[in-house]
Amino acid sequence: MSRVGIVSWGAYIPKYRIRTEEVARIWGDDPIRIVDVYLVDEKSVEGFDEDAVTIAVEAARRAIRRAGIDPRRIGAVYAGTESKPYAVKPISSILVDALGLSNNVFAVDMEFACKAGSEGLVAAIGLVESGRVEYGMTVGTDTSQGEPGEHLEYSASSGGAALIVGKDGIVAELEAMYSFVSDTPDFWRREGSPYPMHGEGFTGEPAYFRHIVGAARGLMEKYGYKPSDFTYVVFHQPNGRFPVRAASMLNIPIEKVKPGIVVTHIGNTYNASALMGFAKVLDAARPGDKILLVPFGSGAGSNAFVFTVTDLITERQKAGVPTVEEMLRDKIYVDYAQYLKMRKMIKLFE
Amino acid sequence: MRHESVPIYWRNIPHYYRLVARRCKKCGAVYFPPVVRCRCGSRELENVELPHEGRLIEYTVLHQVGTDFLKQKPLIIGLVELSNGVRVTGQIVDAQPDKLTPGTKMEVVFRRVIVDGRHGLVMYGYKFRPVGGI
Ligand SMILES: [Zn+2]
Repeated sequence: MSRVGIVSWGAYIPKYRIRTEEVARIWGDDPIRIVDVYLVDEKSVEGFDEDAVTIAVEAARRAIRRAGIDPRRIGAVYAGTESKPYAVKPISSILVDALGLSNNVFAVDMEFACKAGSEGLVAAIGLVESGRVEYGMTVGTDTSQGEPGEHLEYSASSGGAALIVGKDGIVAELEAMYSFVSDTPDFWRREGSPYPMHGEGFTGEPAYFRHIVGAARGLMEKYGYKPSDFTYVVFHQPNGRFPVRAASMLNIPIEKVKPGIVVTHIGNTYNASALMGFAKVLDAARPGDKILLVPFGSGAGSNAFVFTVTDLITERQKAGVPTVEEMLRDKIYVDYAQYLKMRKMIKLFE
Repeated sequence: MRHESVPIYWRNIPHYYRLVARRCKKCGAVYFPPVVRCRCGSRELENVELPHEGRLIEYTVLHQVGTDFLKQKPLIIGLVELSNGVRVTGQIVDAQPDKLTPGTKMEVVFRRVIVDGRHGLVMYGYKFRPVGGI
């Protein structure tokens, strides 16, 4: 098969942050215990005029700027999200006009909890590899929901990450991919329901760990990789503990996982979570590095990808696009009342 | 952006989303918002996308705002000179008014501008914010 891989990446984190201790203050939780359980110090909050669409546009624009390609050469665009502003009306078609793509573009929004953005990556890879389109783009974007006062609220946050796939100008060449999916009732949200439900005992072993480890181990066995082959390993990050534990289950040293961890500073950006970690790793990777990327979505499933970084990475890192590290530092703290307003959780007359 | 009808919003999408301006093919004058006729008299104009970065010329802080913006007070409105010299007025976000000064480096961002209630259309468009934050 011909070479295919990541040509460019772009990420966007809204500027606003709320500290875990501020959320805990409102709901009578012990902040030290909460931080200890989730390893989330603070989380990102979208501005009042931001949503999953605006976040996707910013991440995608940065990816296009870094690639330096004419956006009309992108033949497929996918948005992976579980925070659509519209129940019916796609984000992907807004991306077409906001990014200046041509009208001859395959476009759809995908839903598979936090995995949809990475499923868009799979679709883009397929279309590019077969030669049907020159470039394909996927964007993971969310302003994820958590019921106020419920544990999910400590991590559910906002952000976006975009990847452009192509054959020309590859910075991270795809070597292998593998999937692991099963019907698992770990987390769901019914139509019209404002907040998701989750099966407390279900989120860990039968959901996150079974699928992440299943996909990573399956890939390693099928394609003959061992943990020492990878320079970086990036997992989905619902909290700070899960990815570290997944690494130990796979005998992967924690030093390979740490550089891609963003959840401690911004929370769980759902469809952008693993892709944001991947973007952070690409911001710093060197030619020859091998990256194992394993997103996860409840319901449940994981995709595992192996990429090898090429010589072009050094040039693309200097594109003048904000790095994930810079965005983690660029922040404005809000209190719980401002947070409720920004997240549109105050009931208004309309 | 006024509270607009769906057809007007739809027609203005290139201008709202990507700062698509009109440039006169005869004299090179650039118009934003777009016009149909140049001041030189020519009607031959072409689309041109404006740059997404510039510098703040001047700004004002509005405490009395229209109904669509009542929940966003105070509103910062700025005049930004884009890197090609074209000046565009727009809302400034992610900024504290007392820290803005003329000359501040600005970038174009894509935001919700008008939301038609709980069931209507969400209208998106350009706004500005300081680069790197202040
Ligand atoms: Zn003219």
